[in-house]
Amino acid sequence: MSDAAPQFDGRGGRWVGASVPRREDPRLLTGRGRFVDDIQLPGTLHASFVRSTVAHARITGIDLSATLAVDGVVAAYTAADLDLGDIVALLDRPPEEFAPTAMPILAREKVRFVGEPVALVVARDPYLAEDGAELAVVDYEPLPAIVSEETALAENAPLVHEEAPGNVLLDVSMFDTPGVDEAFADASGCVVEVVTRSGRQNALPLETRGVIASWDDHDDQLLVQMCTQVPHQVRTALARSLRVPERTVRVTVPDMGGGFGQKCVVGREEIAVAAAARRLNRPVKWIEDRREALTAGFLAREQRYRTRAAFDADGRITALDVDIVCDMGAYSCYPFTAGIEPLMASAEMPSVYQVPAYRVRARAITSNKAPTAPYRGVSRPQYVMAIERVMERAARELGVDPLDIRRRNLITRFPYTGVNGITYDPGTYRESLDLAEATLRDEGWYELRDSAAAEGRHIGIGFCCFSERTGYGSEAFAKRKMTVVPGFDISEIRMDTTGSVVVTSGTVNHGQSHETTLAQIVADRLGLHVDQVKLRQGDTERIAYGWGTFASRSVTIGGSAVALAATRLGELLCRIAAHLLDTSPDNVRLDGDGGVVQIDDPGRRASFEEIADVAYLRSHLLPKDVEPTLTATASFDVPGDGTFSNATHAVVVEADPGTGGVTILRYACVEDCGVVIHPKVVDGQCRGGIAQGIAGALFEEVTYADNGEPSAASFIDYLVPTATEIPDITVSHLETPCAFTENGAKGAGEGGTIGAPAAVLNAINDALRHTGVELDTTPVHPQTVLAALDAAADREMSVPS
Amino acid sequence: MNDRHLIVLNVNGEDHEALVEPRKTLLDVLRHDLGLTGAHAGCEHGVCGACTVLVDGEPVRACLVFAVQAEAADIRTVESLGRDGELSDLQEAFREHHGLQCGFCTPGFLMLAEGFLAQQPDAGREEIREALSANLCRCTGYQTIVDAVAATAARRLDTERETAP
Ligand code: FES
Ligand code: FES
Repeated sequence: MSDAAPQFDGRGGRWVGASVPRREDPRLLTGRGRFVDDIQLPGTLHASFVRSTVAHARITGIDLSATLAVDGVVAAYTAADLDLGDIVALLDRPPEEFAPTAMPILAREKVRFVGEPVALVVARDPYLAEDGAELAVVDYEPLPAIVSEETALAENAPLVHEEAPGNVLLDVSMFDTPGVDEAFADASGCVVEVVTRSGRQNALPLETRGVIASWDDHDDQLLVQMCTQVPHQVRTALARSLRVPERTVRVTVPDMGGGFGQKCVVGREEIAVAAAARRLNRPVKWIEDRREALTAGFLAREQRYRTRAAFDADGRITALDVDIVCDMGAYSCYPFTAGIEPLMASAEMPSVYQVPAYRVRARAITSNKAPTAPYRGVSRPQYVMAIERVMERAARELGVDPLDIRRRNLITRFPYTGVNGITYDPGTYRESLDLAEATLRDEGWYELRDSAAAEGRHIGIGFCCFSERTGYGSEAFAKRKMTVVPGFDISEIRMDTTGSVVVTSGTVNHGQSHETTLAQIVADRLGLHVDQVKLRQGDTERIAYGWGTFASRSVTIGGSAVALAATRLGELLCRIAAHLLDTSPDNVRLDGDGGVVQIDDPGRRASFEEIADVAYLRSHLLPKDVEPTLTATASFDVPGDGTFSNATHAVVVEADPGTGGVTILRYACVEDCGVVIHPKVVDGQCRGGIAQGIAGALFEEVTYADNGEPSAASFIDYLVPTATEIPDITVSHLETPCAFTENGAKGAGEGGTIGAPAAVLNAINDALRHTGVELDTTPVHPQTVLAALDAAADREMSVPS
Repeated sequence: MNDRHLIVLNVNGEDHEALVEPRKTLLDVLRHDLGLTGAHAGCEHGVCGACTVLVDGEPVRACLVFAVQAEAADIRTVESLGRDGELSDLQEAFREHHGLQCGFCTPGFLMLAEGFLAQQPDAGREEIREALSANLCRCTGYQTIVDAVAATAARRLDTERETAP
């Protein structure tokens, strides 16, 4: 589909909708990208952290004398030395619902997970910093480690945080609507209960975290160049921790090698490094190594759902009763808090289905594991998997086709307000399913599956239907009762004397192609060539406040803010042009070709260059009430419940009876993210997301030994899929333009990740359908598949013929 | 540990001197001593391939080689691709097929593909996919990288056929 998109020069047409060449590519392809570690400042020192080797312990002593004796080590700090304010992420909820806990910048008194930073070593080069860190001696008095839901919630369990009784950080029952018990009592079809689990995963941007902080006397400011999706939130947290005005901190983001949510929270390491730079008055750099990234980087996704559902005789769901536990690890992340996963799951769980009665309890528990952060999709892969497993289970019980049961329950009329109070944006829930099914049928996969079964091959087909809230405005986030409420985005646009524009955005590009897509939006609004639009982002000095890039918000909210700013600049240009053309402002319009034209006399026109020339160089010619500045600012927020993209994923898998390995034979994604700004970019977001979803379904997992030791400290143990595990994926688009955004887009960053785990799991279960086994846990390991096939073979053998 | 060696590395056809500890990796010397920051560190234990450079024509993980071992070798980094500000055919193909998103893995993939295609110019799509499985990308899902490399292989073969007598 995307290949058919026109390549055009923008004249007379629209940039939006075209796969124009990416503006970020030339530098990235030639090695001239500038990532954090590429920045070299004179006199830079290098940081390395002393990290806890035990999961839970009291610190009884720290001896840094051997560290400091290393030639080249310049300084070494403990928490007491740096004396920084803790990071505290808060929700505005009563104490029975939320327990506030603090994350110290360096561990004080206690360590709570293997890898927790205990001390910071600064040296002339990174090798020497590591030498120094290795020689630090930390004495621990070990405490029992909390590593599972069972140990965390056990009676009299040791506490990870004194402030969190029972190791519960959040315990909320967001919905308990009338009629739940009645529906279960009266269920004329069936009642199913499914327990789904998903393993702890690492978002794993290929570029690890990193920072270079330097004090600039000239600007009286700490310059913090780092790899973050949320520079303004880092500045806020940094200023609070250092107890200085925000003005004295500037955070900038160079090129960034992925984030996927892991970099949309504030890390303690970056704050410690900034503090060291301030003290030493020298640039200090820290580049996280992969071992640190795997064990001490923010993780995600370890969740368990017990989902009960009642169905009537027609296969319609009548009630849903859900219990959710999310293991958030050792600390609550700033600014989202430990509530991010359970609150997301509670609010969105009914998914794309019409559920009349709903009860949900969700808990965030704390444990002695690396802390968690949002990861692409946040809980949606998990609750979607839970409800999609429920659909499949009910289909089996009722003897109905699994797609039929979905069709009976899908939301089909919009606007639809769910039992969770959310009003869903119109979408193509039914159409995407129909198209996905037709694709596999037309290609003959059902026949192949059935004929293969006769040959003893285990081929299965799986689907997953979902919608995802994308443009979360502040109203939607405020419902979660966060004390720090994300949502809006601010944009400023400025035209220079040659008629080119620079536009700022509070979003942060780390692979999503903002420099291209946001420029397309602006180019269309003003009638400029994309090459005349330069995007600036990731700099707290240029933007009053920004919310960065996460939750597929960049094009919906960021893209709307730039569109609005461009519209306002366009209005200003028209006003000046009308004055120059000596006509009324109603009698002019942007001509789509870098100028303003007189409507009743199209021969009369003022180009942007002419207008800009007047505005800046001959401002005496401006209308009396117009100030000599070609700038406009806009702030945009999505009102109400936000925007919803939707999709159906369809997968064909084959399970190998010899190895238990699962191979994906076909992957089809049908998605609707509203207006597609750049088809290739959207396809790329879908495919990349699906690859991460497949990774979660089949490969990646961080497990912990009983003593809290993480299983995966290198890529040898943490299995990241490569080109041979990820199949080719077709992406088809349906377009339901969104009424709540300026550009009709809904956001496309996360959908792939959301749909893949459930679709793959359903396909595996279909492949194993003759075994009587149903799997509800990801990742699906080969040994699990083997065990299922062996059990089936045993049963067959023992059946008397 | 702190004794240093003066070495000469031939990188992209030019000789560079560097004073290095024996434990310093080729990757660190390229990036930090020579300022060739195209090759990236994604894991420093030989799995991700972000640091891939060509050593005597062979794709090699620069994080697994000590710089002192690379003396006398012919080293090529991503900075050598393309000429006079023009992208090479392979780089163009990556751009055309959206074979990169964040671009962090890209130099490693480019050098891997460059080395591989030099050795197996007539590789088919599945062989290309197999070869590219040496490196990790976290953004693209790989398909478009495979597309880009396959398209380059096809184009190069076409050109060769056209120019053959
Ligand atoms: S950095 Fe060398 S293989 Fe990962
Ligand atoms: S493009 Fe981001 S890791 Fe490959």
